Amino acid sequence: MNRIITISGALIALNLTPLQAVANEDINQLRKQLEVLKQDYESRINALEKRLLEAEQSQHQLKQDIKAEQPVSPPQQQSVSAGQVPQPTAAKRGDKSFNPAISLILDGRYSDFSEDPEEYSLSGFQLAGEAGPGEQGFTLGHSELVISANADDKFFGRFTAAFDSHEGETEVVIEEAFLETLAMPYALKVRGGRFYSDIGYLNKQHPHQWDFTDAPLVYRGLFGNHLLDDGVQLSWLAPTDLYFELGSELLSGGRYPIEYSGDSTIPAYTLFAKLGGDVGISHSWQAGLSLIDAKVDYSTESGHGHGHEDEHEGEEEHMSPIYSGDTVTLGFDLVWKWAPQGNFKQRNLVLQYEYFNRDYDGMLSAEHEGMTETGSYDGSQSGWYAQAVYQFMPQWRLGLRYDSLTSSTSGSSPELIEESVFDSEGHDPWRYSMMADWSNSEFSRLRLQYGHDKSSPEANDYWILQYVLSLGAHGAHRY
Amino acid sequence: MRRYLLLVFTLLVSLPLQANLKVFTCEPEWAALAEELGGNHVDVTSATQAMQDPHYIQARPSLIAQIRKADLLVCTGAGLEAGWLPVLLRKGNNPRILAGKPGHLMATSHVTMKEVPQVVDRSMGDIHASGNPHIQTDPRNIAKVATVLTDRLIQIDSANRDEYQRRYEDFSLRWNTAIKDWQQKAASVKGMPVVVYHRSWIYLQDWLGLKEVASLEPKPGIPPGSRYLADVLNRTQGFTDLVIIHSQYQESKAIEWFSRKSGAPVVLLPSTVGGTAEAEDLFSWYEEIIRRLLKPHGGGNE
Repeated sequence: MNRIITISGALIALNLTPLQAVANEDINQLRKQLEVLKQDYESRINALEKRLLEAEQSQHQLKQDIKAEQPVSPPQQQSVSAGQVPQPTAAKRGDKSFNPAISLILDGRYSDFSEDPEEYSLSGFQLAGEAGPGEQGFTLGHSELVISANADDKFFGRFTAAFDSHEGETEVVIEEAFLETLAMPYALKVRGGRFYSDIGYLNKQHPHQWDFTDAPLVYRGLFGNHLLDDGVQLSWLAPTDLYFELGSELLSGGRYPIEYSGDSTIPAYTLFAKLGGDVGISHSWQAGLSLIDAKVDYSTESGHGHGHEDEHEGEEEHMSPIYSGDTVTLGFDLVWKWAPQGNFKQRNLVLQYEYFNRDYDGMLSAEHEGMTETGSYDGSQSGWYAQAVYQFMPQWRLGLRYDSLTSSTSGSSPELIEESVFDSEGHDPWRYSMMADWSNSEFSRLRLQYGHDKSSPEANDYWILQYVLSLGAHGAHRY
Repeated sequence: MRRYLLLVFTLLVSLPLQANLKVFTCEPEWAALAEELGGNHVDVTSATQAMQDPHYIQARPSLIAQIRKADLLVCTGAGLEAGWLPVLLRKGNNPRILAGKPGHLMATSHVTMKEVPQVVDRSMGDIHASGNPHIQTDPRNIAKVATVLTDRLIQIDSANRDEYQRRYEDFSLRWNTAIKDWQQKAASVKGMPVVVYHRSWIYLQDWLGLKEVASLEPKPGIPPGSRYLADVLNRTQGFTDLVIIHSQYQESKAIEWFSRKSGAPVVLLPSTVGGTAEAEDLFSWYEEIIRRLLKPHGGGNE
């Protein structure tokens, strides 16, 4: 008997503990639910109170409106939260932001150049694509329509159409149309389609994100403002405290500087590495290395300024020699940002430096009276820019930029080189630019820029007044 | 020696077990909450410090590196981080914290939003389509987020379920007691007319019954011009016991100017943990808010 009692006692004791645990958990859950209920009611009561208050206020407002018609109105004793439209408390939930995110960038400018921009040339460098100083007078800049969204939990997509006006004609270009993975393992990411390459620092920024109205000369001369192509990109983010990203792109060629019409389906690849971090709370930095290895074939119309062909119409066909072969471009970029306490809203300073060098190893060829002349070519081009942009108070920024380019030529046929765009006639281009801009909000900006441009031996002084508006989805605060 | 080896061995064995949950928060208040609720089981990093306006953060390299490793993301949401969080999420290559995953927690999805606009137009300033996102200035909202955050911690790290549960109960008890205490203390500020810099205090105003009579920003996100300020000054002349409220990161000449002209004292209220030296954690932060509200004439201007 005793034994039975002991056993059953032990059993009960054994049972009790889990039972109690379960009970405890139940109680806890009940408590939690009660808490939620309580808070729910509280918030509902709050909402009701708010509505009541608003109803009273609107009645009050009505009375005041009537009173306002009398010549002398008493001092206002109610909310004059200026500029605020009374907003009803909607109990609606959920994100009402646009899906997909749609934004439209408007860019317009007035430009004044001391030299005719139609005659612009960059000594020792090709000009292609949209590269150039722009047009005289009132012109539209680069209007962009951007649509982007997560397609699902695995893919993100973005489409950017750019609208440019040139001499009265409108040109629509698809600048971006790509998919990007969101959920690859090991922090890998694949991007495919048409995109701005991740080489350099400035390359992936759209013109409206630039700190100046125009691209640095080194981007103008080596990339036609942007390296932008169809292809695929693979990148990997290291699991380190310091930001470290490695990536590579395979590109199909089709626009300067990777114009190509040969047999290879992948005439170019890039490699890039980025490293970055913080120094204390007020400083941050990023450094990058880039490589672009491309087979090129400038048989198409690049390598010429705008509108030059027209002048020679009817005359003897005289095209400058064209280059085909390999190019290897190496780049280094460094960005340093400072904001007191890391608070960018008030004041900040951004220092930026990029250097690129391109080596050629190929052939120059030209047609003269039905004969094709060829010669080897292994020149090089390089350039850098350095800029500082200082936001000295909210809304206002000042910027200073210096550009410098140099090139050297070497090959078997001095005549061909002399006739080609590579010949700088002994002039190394340089330019300095100053800008001041004012942003009423994050979505609008007015900018005045002055530049002294020695792209060619003839100095060009220019002024540009520009506006940039961004309508629709909130733009990204990219680094 | 044997004891030393044993110790090293134990440490090595226990290391992988002690891999803490990595919590990435957008604002310091959620970091403080995650620390309250997660204790030793979480490593918390916050994207912003108290001195930084969370609207104007850039997707810095260091943030990308941190978000890549996170197991749980806790942010305010409702567009407060619209300029940088989407970029971080895209660049971070981290599927654990994408929208729809348990590791993705937006506080504003779990509280009642105020000032949800019926019309969204940027001429009204940088307003948020989902409502005013500054929900952390009502402690009852913090309590709601605590419940969800506990659920998420348990969901992601079920091994420490009991510990999270225990910490939650402990926190809620202390928090709810503190709320009652603060409400009692602050009873006298009910109806106090305030001029705010940015409209980031509406949840506090509703909680304590403060009366906002003007904001120094003409529209959210747009700094005031002199003509607008003169206008506000004109329209607030009827108030005798006016107080100007601003957050620690809203340093503005406009505030000083307005205070000088109107004679109204300036009260710096910490908008988050760390906003003032005394606001060390969630509790001392709210105590600091109440203390500063109660004596606006005692030199709140720092």
